[in-house]
Amino acid sequence: MAGLITMDDLSNDEIQSILNDAERLLPVAEGKIYLPLLQGKILGNLFFEPSTRTRMSFETAMKRLGGDVVNLGDVKTSSVVKGETLFDTIQMVDGYTDIIAMRHPRQGAAQYAQDAARVPILNGGDGAGHHPTQTMLDLFTIKQAHGRLDGLKVVLAGDLRYGRTVHSLSHALTRFGCELVFASPKLLRMPAEIVEDLSAHGANVVETEDLLSSLADADVVYMTRIQKERFADEDEYTKVAGAYKLHASNLEGTKEDMIIMHPLPRVDEIHPSVDKTRHARYFEQAFNGVVARMALLCRLLGVTVPEDIPSAGGEF
Amino acid sequence: MRRVTAIRNGTVIDHIPSGQAMRVLEMLNMNKTTSVPVSMVMNVPSKKMGTKDIIKVEDRELTQDELNRLALVAPEAHVAIIRAYSVAEKMTIQIGEEVTNVVRCTFSNCITTNPREPLAHRLRVMGREPLVLRCHYCGRPQDLEKLIGNLL
Repeated sequence: MAGLITMDDLSNDEIQSILNDAERLLPVAEGKIYLPLLQGKILGNLFFEPSTRTRMSFETAMKRLGGDVVNLGDVKTSSVVKGETLFDTIQMVDGYTDIIAMRHPRQGAAQYAQDAARVPILNGGDGAGHHPTQTMLDLFTIKQAHGRLDGLKVVLAGDLRYGRTVHSLSHALTRFGCELVFASPKLLRMPAEIVEDLSAHGANVVETEDLLSSLADADVVYMTRIQKERFADEDEYTKVAGAYKLHASNLEGTKEDMIIMHPLPRVDEIHPSVDKTRHARYFEQAFNGVVARMALLCRLLGVTVPEDIPSAGGEF
Repeated sequence: MRRVTAIRNGTVIDHIPSGQAMRVLEMLNMNKTTSVPVSMVMNVPSKKMGTKDIIKVEDRELTQDELNRLALVAPEAHVAIIRAYSVAEKMTIQIGEEVTNVVRCTFSNCITTNPREPLAHRLRVMGREPLVLRCHYCGRPQDLEKLIGNLL
């Protein structure tokens, strides 16, 4: 496998196999077992736009597996500000590292980098395009909660137009036969070409502006942040965003095992009252970024994750 | 009725959809810089198409690669290479899996909008009738009308 640019780069079997690896790597991610599977390997972290969780979890994943990380650092102080092309930046980092994790404001940048590079590229988000490593941790979180990925009813809510996490995730869920509900304001609907793609792949998609009435039989509710700057004026934003907020009181009558996810950071779309309910999974989800990325790093670097990790690993 | 005389040597591009001849010349980079004689007729009667445009380029044999650039505007065009007033070769436009380095992706936030990025501009052919193209890099579907304004 070259890199991971979109979820199309993974078959369903590969997804399941990577999620199984991730499951076994949990004690390593938690720091309970030392397992330096990636000792001597170097990850290049190229984040051309801000990232907290993705960048840090890649770094943690690499270090938990005994590998090392070099960072592009702040774009403002790197050669990018001098006008270096992405092609040239990749040529350089390609020589320094064994694998690259990249986020870039331009859509298509990850594929472009993969075409320019010898080492595998892990797409950590390209414009409003794809974010497949987030999808892998989302799938891991869903599987952890429900024990399966197939046939679930998943509500994706908020900014579905610009939110790349929901683009990649809805493609993946379609492949596992999930029923999808897209709940968003008109202005922020899922792009038509994505809905067409999903339908062409046999997806069962419902689009609605009414989040709350979609909750009752949902297995997963995936919230995203609606950004103020997407609206022409603040009044419009306040009016629209108010309909895509969850409070603990909205969760009465929902399924016992329904989970609420969010790629974070949240602003006020999930009220803190939800945090203490059995439905909240967003902080576990953020932690799962480490374990999912550990499994992906191993897979892309051709390193097999041992079946029996407690006997393969050592203590600190 | 013959509107343009036969040419001794060169290329005849027939069955261009009515009104597209200027675009064809543009796509072949022959609208400004060519030094060979070029004749063009527009909106002439055609049994197959109703009306059509025809272009005759003297003393120049277009290559298959050049012809393939026309897939965006005249996918049904017939091309004949003329030598000594006779048809020496017939060619048709062939659309492969990709349209490479003909046009730039129309999406304003695509990585390829930076003119200094050196990799090829690649559009994947998703459908042929009608022609459906997507950018290899950003994956966005392309509006053919807009795309013609992005000729390289």
